[in-house]
Amino acid sequence: MSDLAIQSGSPLLRRLKRNYSQPQRIIGLILLLLLLFFVFMPMVNLLYTSFTLSYSDQRLPEVKASGVEFEEGKFSLVHFRRVFMSKLSKPMLLIPLMNTLLITAGLTILSISWGCLLAWLVVRTNLPGKKALANIAALPYIIPSWVISLAWINVFKNQRIGGSIGWFEYMTGIAIPNWFAYGPVPIIICLSLHYYAYAFITVSGALASIDSRLEETGELLGANRWQVMRKITLPLVMPSILAAFILTFSKGIGTFGTPAFLGIPVRYYTLSTQLYANVKNGLEGDAYLLAIVMILISGITIYMNVKVIGARKSYVTIAGKGFRAKPIDLGKLKHVVFIIMVLFVIFFVLFPIYILLAQTFMEAEGDYSMANFTTHFWIGEAGSIGSKGQVMGMGESGILRNPSIYQGAWNSLRLAVLVSFLAAVIGIFLGYAIVRGKGTILSKMNDALSFAPYIIPGIAFGAVYLGMFAQPRGPIPALYGTFSLLVIVSLAKRLPFSSRTGTSAMMQIDRELEEAAGLVGAGFFKKFTRIIYPLTKSGFVAGFLLSFITTMRELSLIVLLVTPKTKVLTTMIFRYAESGFHQFGDAITMIIVVISITGTLLIKRFQSTSLVKGV
Amino acid sequence: MSNTNEKIRLEHITKRWGEVVAVDDLNLKIEKGDFITLLGPSGCGKTTTLRAIAGLDEPTEGKIFIDNKLIFSKKEEIIVEPSKRNLGLIFQSYALWPHMTVFQNIAFPLQMKKLPKPDIKKYVAQALKDVRLQGYKDRYPAELSGGQQQRIAIARMLINRPDIYLMDEPLSNLDARLRIEMRAELKQLHQKLEATTVYVTHDQVEAMTISSRVCVMNEGVIQQIGTPEDVYRRPANLFVARFISNPQMNFFDGTVKKENGKMVVEAGGFRLPVDEEKINGRDSVIVAVRPEDFYIADDGVEYHVDAQLPAGSSQIIMVSRPGEEQVALLFEGTFKNKDGEKMKLAVKPETYNIFDKETEKVLV
Ligand SMILES: Nc1ncnc2c1ncn2[C@@H]1O[C@H](COP(=O)(O)OP(=O)(O)OP(=O)(O)O)[C@@H](O)[C@H]1O
Ligand SMILES: [Mg+2]
Repeated sequence: MSDLAIQSGSPLLRRLKRNYSQPQRIIGLILLLLLLFFVFMPMVNLLYTSFTLSYSDQRLPEVKASGVEFEEGKFSLVHFRRVFMSKLSKPMLLIPLMNTLLITAGLTILSISWGCLLAWLVVRTNLPGKKALANIAALPYIIPSWVISLAWINVFKNQRIGGSIGWFEYMTGIAIPNWFAYGPVPIIICLSLHYYAYAFITVSGALASIDSRLEETGELLGANRWQVMRKITLPLVMPSILAAFILTFSKGIGTFGTPAFLGIPVRYYTLSTQLYANVKNGLEGDAYLLAIVMILISGITIYMNVKVIGARKSYVTIAGKGFRAKPIDLGKLKHVVFIIMVLFVIFFVLFPIYILLAQTFMEAEGDYSMANFTTHFWIGEAGSIGSKGQVMGMGESGILRNPSIYQGAWNSLRLAVLVSFLAAVIGIFLGYAIVRGKGTILSKMNDALSFAPYIIPGIAFGAVYLGMFAQPRGPIPALYGTFSLLVIVSLAKRLPFSSRTGTSAMMQIDRELEEAAGLVGAGFFKKFTRIIYPLTKSGFVAGFLLSFITTMRELSLIVLLVTPKTKVLTTMIFRYAESGFHQFGDAITMIIVVISITGTLLIKRFQSTSLVKGV
Repeated sequence: MSNTNEKIRLEHITKRWGEVVAVDDLNLKIEKGDFITLLGPSGCGKTTTLRAIAGLDEPTEGKIFIDNKLIFSKKEEIIVEPSKRNLGLIFQSYALWPHMTVFQNIAFPLQMKKLPKPDIKKYVAQALKDVRLQGYKDRYPAELSGGQQQRIAIARMLINRPDIYLMDEPLSNLDARLRIEMRAELKQLHQKLEATTVYVTHDQVEAMTISSRVCVMNEGVIQQIGTPEDVYRRPANLFVARFISNPQMNFFDGTVKKENGKMVVEAGGFRLPVDEEKINGRDSVIVAVRPEDFYIADDGVEYHVDAQLPAGSSQIIMVSRPGEEQVALLFEGTFKNKDGEKMKLAVKPETYNIFDKETEKVLV
């Protein structure tokens, strides 16, 4: 038998020692500390900073006028008054808020209706070629949301604001009015062309799981097709439509890239772009309050999401034996619908990508003639002279020769690799601590805290980190301008996803598999490397790739935090677009699109499931 | 107090999961070389007890000794790690590692002991031979049948030469035929290795055929501990009688009478003699008669044959009297009665059990 020497000390001590040497507790505690520091504290700090005076606030007219002596770090309602109760409230809060709500409402309605219709056509009818159509229609889900807005600019921009004419004017000679080239209309359209994919994917999943006999029963009882649709099909998919609705809505609140590209040139601001502008103008305190407003709106929608979905999840019918999904015959309409679908796919999915690609080969923007063709923006040497004797690309070399691009690409790449690796590892540990410690307070706190970043829109999260790490905090030096800050912020924003992935992976591993190893003397390290890791590996790889793509195309989260030294591909695109330099930006965008698609294909191989179920 | 023959001792073990009391003040001594079965319906705390012995769960109260050494005490906060208790466990699910081959599964315990590679190879080969699965070492568990998986689980348990085997319903996933084969194998294995075995099952036939002692549990409380013969012939209470019998115990309401100066219990028409002392003044009791304890007698009680269910070498016959519950009979051989006929029955002397109506405890 074993020696009992290890059992020395008082009972209480032994108990403490044992409880706190359980691996799930140690891991749980370490993670909890990290979460408190990197998720909870920054949010508290955000609140704190918006109610205190910072050094840069000295120059605010309100502070000067108050006559009270300026003191850094003093409690102050200055920012609160500025944002909520002053002449500035209208341009700074109210108008952007209204714009945000308008855009979000518009894009939600458009993308939900389009996504649902598409899902229905693809899952429930005998539309020809629907499998291929479905896969291409899901493409916008994969590529960054702002890609379409860049394409929009290329197609519809006009001389007055865009500096040169777009493809449309080039082809037709018709000048595009400002309201169609920039502002809410194109913003809503472009965002819908990305976000419909969310509704499409969720709703087609739900539709595929409905047994068509439920509908046939309705028909047998004398209901016509429209009544069946309204009374049977719709209620059955309602929960997933609601889920898509709320997801789209909360994403819309925080979206940044598209309103920045299409709104800022005409001074049309949303909360996210206003927040960005405030930070650029050194008005951090005001920006933080806007971030809080965004977090609140987004938090409320997600709370509703949990409420609504939580209550009605079980509503979707589970297909039992003899499950049948009889496609509905579209009759003669079939071909019409098919043509419409093909046109949609060509014009709104493939054409934007083509336009961006074409743009990268143009010497002068907006001239689609062959004479204007150049490879300069890809492989040209710095200072190359163009056909009209001008220096091309403002003297910069093509992106494949440009050391500055390589630096950005290198930053993007190492950021994405580091973040996705760490996110996957932390995800497994979080999953372990949450699942194995189930029922304990520690487990619940880890679960809740790792979910928190989900409710914070990317740009607001960036603002939170800007406030937190612009100065030294405890053992951590000032991180602003460092690469580590980008890693930490991206990692923290990935936490909700990695903890979900880790938790579900861990729930698949029967506790007994671990106990069987423990029984023969395997310690935590051995259990982890020999049992847990091998069994979660495929989820680990898929999670890694997903994080990789997401981080690779991330813009809003880090746009406030990058400096020239730490620039990444997406922020370079943003800068090029800001300065009206589209060819370079579009070329880099193409690279990101290619990476995103490749990554998704790899994920599919690892998960061996189709993105769109039931097609 | 110290008993050299004793292997495992549980004292006042209680395990609560929140409100649920899974095991309630359980006391159990297991001798060296015993094959003891924990038997009871689903949820009665069998797995919980087994896991407490293994050290996988921590009881809420009580003490556990192995070889007279204290290995668990709630009060003193002593818990010896599972791996230091020198025991092997077969989980209900087998818990074979799905990502490891048969060889890797069995080799794992030896690798944990840091044995040299050639030794590991040798031992695993021997173990595979012992369970007759030599050709399967490179397969994955998913590529094996239930019975083969079970034998891999046994091999993995044996490889470390533990001196206690714990098995949690190891045969419950197998089909009826394989189950009977594996029972015999387990029994032989136990006889060969003479390790103390604690075996969990909810199948009373399995418990009867395989074990040297049976511990019947219900709702976390031990109902009876004894040899299979004991619990079968002398159930301690109604629960045990009901649970153990096969196919089903017959229960009659009995009235105590004095006839010709002798005490008898009248039940189901039968007049069964009893000891006056044991009845101790009660006037109504419950009588239990096993299906095989009836015989045909000319002066017997008349019963009506409702149905006959041949079961191979024996036959189950359902009979009844007007206005009373059906009675099950079990006869060897085939029987040539017809449905609807009458038959006259009597009860073999000294085979029946009598229980108190209130406490449900056995009287006779
Ligand atoms: N981890 C747990 N958390 C809460 N309750 C539990 C847990 N494990 C067991 N229980 C409860 O304890 C009781 C006894 O469970 P146990 O697993 O010991 O039953 P069992 O006799 O092995 O049953 P079965 O034959 O179904 O395996 C049950 O009521 C069960 O619900
Ligand atoms: Mg059990």
